[in-house]
Parts: sequence; C-alpha cells; structure tokens
Amino acid sequence: MAKGIWVYVEQLDSQIKKVSLEVLTAGRKMADELGEEVCAVLLGKGVAELAPTLGDYGADKVYLAEDDSLENYTTDGYANVIAEIVKENEPYAFLYGYTILGRDLAAQVAQKVETGLMSDCVKMELEDGQLVFTRPIYAGKAFVKATCPESRPIMASLRPNSYIAEENKKAGEVIKVNPNVGDIRQQIKDIVRQVSERPELTEADIIISGGRGMKGPENYKILEEVADVLGAAVGASRAAVDAGWVPHSMQVGQTGKTVSPVLYIACGISGAIQHLAGMGSSKCIVAINKDPEANIFKVADYGIVGDLFEVVPVLKEELQKITA
Amino acid sequence: MNIVVCLKQTFDTEAKIKLTDEGSIDSMGVSLIINPYDEFAVEEALKIKEQEGGEVTVVSVGGQKAQDALRQALAMGADKAMLVDPGTDEVDEYAAATVLAKALSGLEYDIILGGWRAIDDGSAQVAGRVAELLGIPVVNTITKLEVADGKATATREIEGGSEVLEVSLPAVLTAQKGLNEPRYPSMKGIMKAKKKPMDKTTATELGLDSLSAKVQALSFSLPKPREAGKVIDGEAPDAAKELAKLLHEEAKIV
Repeated sequence: MAKGIWVYVEQLDSQIKKVSLEVLTAGRKMADELGEEVCAVLLGKGVAELAPTLGDYGADKVYLAEDDSLENYTTDGYANVIAEIVKENEPYAFLYGYTILGRDLAAQVAQKVETGLMSDCVKMELEDGQLVFTRPIYAGKAFVKATCPESRPIMASLRPNSYIAEENKKAGEVIKVNPNVGDIRQQIKDIVRQVSERPELTEADIIISGGRGMKGPENYKILEEVADVLGAAVGASRAAVDAGWVPHSMQVGQTGKTVSPVLYIACGISGAIQHLAGMGSSKCIVAINKDPEANIFKVADYGIVGDLFEVVPVLKEELQKITA
Repeated sequence: MNIVVCLKQTFDTEAKIKLTDEGSIDSMGVSLIINPYDEFAVEEALKIKEQEGGEVTVVSVGGQKAQDALRQALAMGADKAMLVDPGTDEVDEYAAATVLAKALSGLEYDIILGGWRAIDDGSAQVAGRVAELLGIPVVNTITKLEVADGKATATREIEGGSEVLEVSLPAVLTAQKGLNEPRYPSMKGIMKAKKKPMDKTTATELGLDSLSAKVQALSFSLPKPREAGKVIDGEAPDAAKELAKLLHEEAKIV
C-alpha cells in the first residue's frame, strides 16, 4: 500500500530553497485531504540543523541522509539515495521543486523506479481521490491537466512561486538514513558561484527586465539599481541576450527561463510571443516602452509609453521613498 | 567517435496554440522546427566530428513529418538518420525514453547528445531517462564541452553559477543555450542530405510490443487572455511617480 506524500528538500550551503518550503506547504494541504502523512527528504553533509524548519512547514517526518559524498550535488549520488528511499518506503506521491537541480534529479529517480513524472506543475488537486497536476506546455501558451494513474509514486515537480510557503507545525520527527550513494560517475572538477545578493530569476518575487530598448550592456546598471531597492532579480529578453549584452542565464522566455513573479517590470521590451510565453504568468506586469504599439502593452497591468531612461531613474527614487 | 543526437520536432516558437473541437492541441497549419535546444546538440556533434572524426547519427521518435527535422540535421552535416514511429499518440516521457533507448542500444555510440528540454512539453526528462536505461551517466544543461581520451569535460549551469564535471564515455549530455551557434544548412548540404540514409522503423519492429505511457493527459486548456490594463499618462517623471504610487497603493506589491 503506497503511503504518504514525500517531498525532496533542496538545500544549498545549508540554506533550504524557498521552493522546497512551497512544495512542502502544497504537499501538506493534499496530505490533509487524503489523510496521509508528509515526509521530507533531506540530503547533504552537515544539514541536520535544517530538519526543524521542515517540521515547521508541515513535515511529519524528516528522512535525513548525510554523507561526505553528498556535500555537493551529483546526479548519480543523489538519485541513488533517493531511489532507494522510495523503493523502501513506497510513497503515494513524491514531489520536487522544478529547479535546475530538481529536474535533473527527478528525471533520474523517476526512471530508476519506473514511474511517471509531471514536470513544472503549477497546480495540484484531488480529483476522484487521485492527485491531478496542471502544467504549462508550449511555454505557457496552453495547459495540460494530467495524472499518473497506475505507477507509484506519482512524481511531479512544482514550479517555484506556484504556492506560498505557510507554516503549519508538525512533529518533524527525524529519521536517519544510511545513504547508499553508489557509484558516482559525474566527477566534480570545479564549482564557480557568482556571488550575488539578488534572488534567482526563477524564484524571485519581483523581476525587472530589459530588452532591445536598453541599447547596450552598460545601461543594465539602472535596472540593477531598481532591483537593489526592491530585492528583485534582473532579467532580459532574447534580443538583449543575442546582442551579447547580458548572459543567457538572464534570458526570460521560451528559450530562456520561465518565471512567475508577483511583479514583472519590462523595460524596453517589445513583447515577442516567445517572451510573453516566458513571463505571462506573472501576477502583475508593468511595461515601459517608447512604442505605444508594442505588444507588451496588451498584457501589461500598468503601462508607461515613454523613454525608459527617463522613467526608470525616477521610478527608482520613488520606490526608494516608499520602501525606506 | 560515434555521436548520436536525439532530436524532437516541435512547433515553431512563433506558433499560436489553438484547441481542436475535441479539446486537444490543434497542429493544423503550425510550422514545425527542430527543437531549438536539440539544434545546439546537432551543432555540437558536428563540431566534435570535425575535431575527432567519426560519424553523427540523428534519431527522432515521431511520425512521418519528423523526417523534415531529421533531413535538416542531415543538411547541417549529420551522416545518417533514424526515425522511429512509436505507433501510438500516447507517448509520455517514459514511453519516449523507452523507444529511444531501445533504438540507441542497436547503434554504436560514444556520446549521446540532446537538448536539455523540448520547448513544447518543457518536461526536461527524456535524456536523463535514456541515460538511466542505457546505464550510462548524464550531464544536463551544458554550456561547454571538451572531449578527449575517452572522457567528456563539461561545464554546466547550476543554481547561481556553473560547475565543471568530468564523465567517462559513453555518456549522455544535454545542451543549454550558450553552448554554440548552430550553423545553417548550405545549399550543397541540402542537396547532399537528400542522398543520406534515413532508416525508418517502428517501436514494434524494435521489439517493443506493448508501449504504455505512465502519465495520462486528462484535458487541455488555454490560459485566460490577459487584458490590457492602465496606461499611465503624463510626462516621464510624473508617470514614474504615479506608477510607484499605484504599485504601492493599488497593487499593494511594494
């Protein structure tokens, strides 16, 4: 008998990813409806101190696997450990956050236990006693509702910012697992982290993006200044990336990142269909563009037809006053 | 060096999505392309071949139309193509990976390349599943690749940075944007492609009798169209002030 809703908890440098708490919250809600327990799975080295937080966000149990070889993520090491935990405990559902790490891991584990996996879901609900997931396809131009009728566990990854993390204190009983890491074939040679005070694009609540209208790489500074005031991430359209002004990791759109922040400020972005697909699920969209005919205005909640170089600095000052 | 590239034919990124009367995705009149991330994989395969020698085989799971995508890869410079008809429309990632792994297991390969995700379903899992089925390692979202001495050294995107990984070959590697700039097929390439071998087979012929999907699609829908909101009038400084006020007082975001 398959049991429980299980959540893979992602941590980096002993910090729990926000999306993992969102997934825990979502899992807790479903588990309460189903009368099931929620188990969090935490892997790493020296991460035991994170377990209480997982209880705070709804985990009845925390399965903790610590090992020196789990200090840094590797596909093989992490997937081997999780597949074994899954096979031993036979959960009803197993959830991940749809992050770079989450999707790499989820695909591998899903195949190891030969089950279905629905990626990048924005909604989870119960229909006729079965978990059903909604996910965007064609980069958000359509949605599909799907389930995994027979294989267990039902696996799914949830898009960051689809749920709001809410505290719901549970026991958070810690169960230590002796991890069987197995043969790790991906040898880490080097890790380079860009030190940034800003949130990841895919997790950010607020994003300010610049497009062709930015005219050059040096001008992104004015967006960064606004981002610093708001604690926001800075994004870009494909035009700006293809022009070589900013790295691809900043690209929002169908061949870049899909984002769903609370607020998306598009500066000098015309609103090509591929860009709209990548940011269309933002809760509030602001467009600043000289061209009144730009497509971006068709989806914007607030629009300013004007020169971004005149608008953005004043906007920054005003926001500074508000947030001070 | 035998390099295999898994590629998928997808809707053009410009495509508008409509539903049929039956409620499924309408493909009528939609132009089809090679999944852009798979195109990076084709380019990378050709670059490795140019450096190391060898052969590039492109493989796709799909219907007859997918031949166009394979033909384009041949025109770019791939040597041969294989099209596998899954024989069913119910192809989830598990089923697609099963077919691909079966097809690939009949080929010789040192490197298997693909895009890290397809821009249609965006699921980012077929390559990882194929690696698992073939019992070889995977490295996803690579932006740089060097191949030497039976090993691949790949730089890949991670949260907030990048890392360099080394794996022994054979291995599965998936391309992220930034890896390279795909070439356009030349006229000569297009002419040559017509004569290159295109092996057509089916899942059944590969010995997969009962191909069953794990994930079942229940229904499709289109997003509610967003309505254009308020255009804030006035000179730039006044409009900016008004915007800040609206974000604070009306939208209550800041």
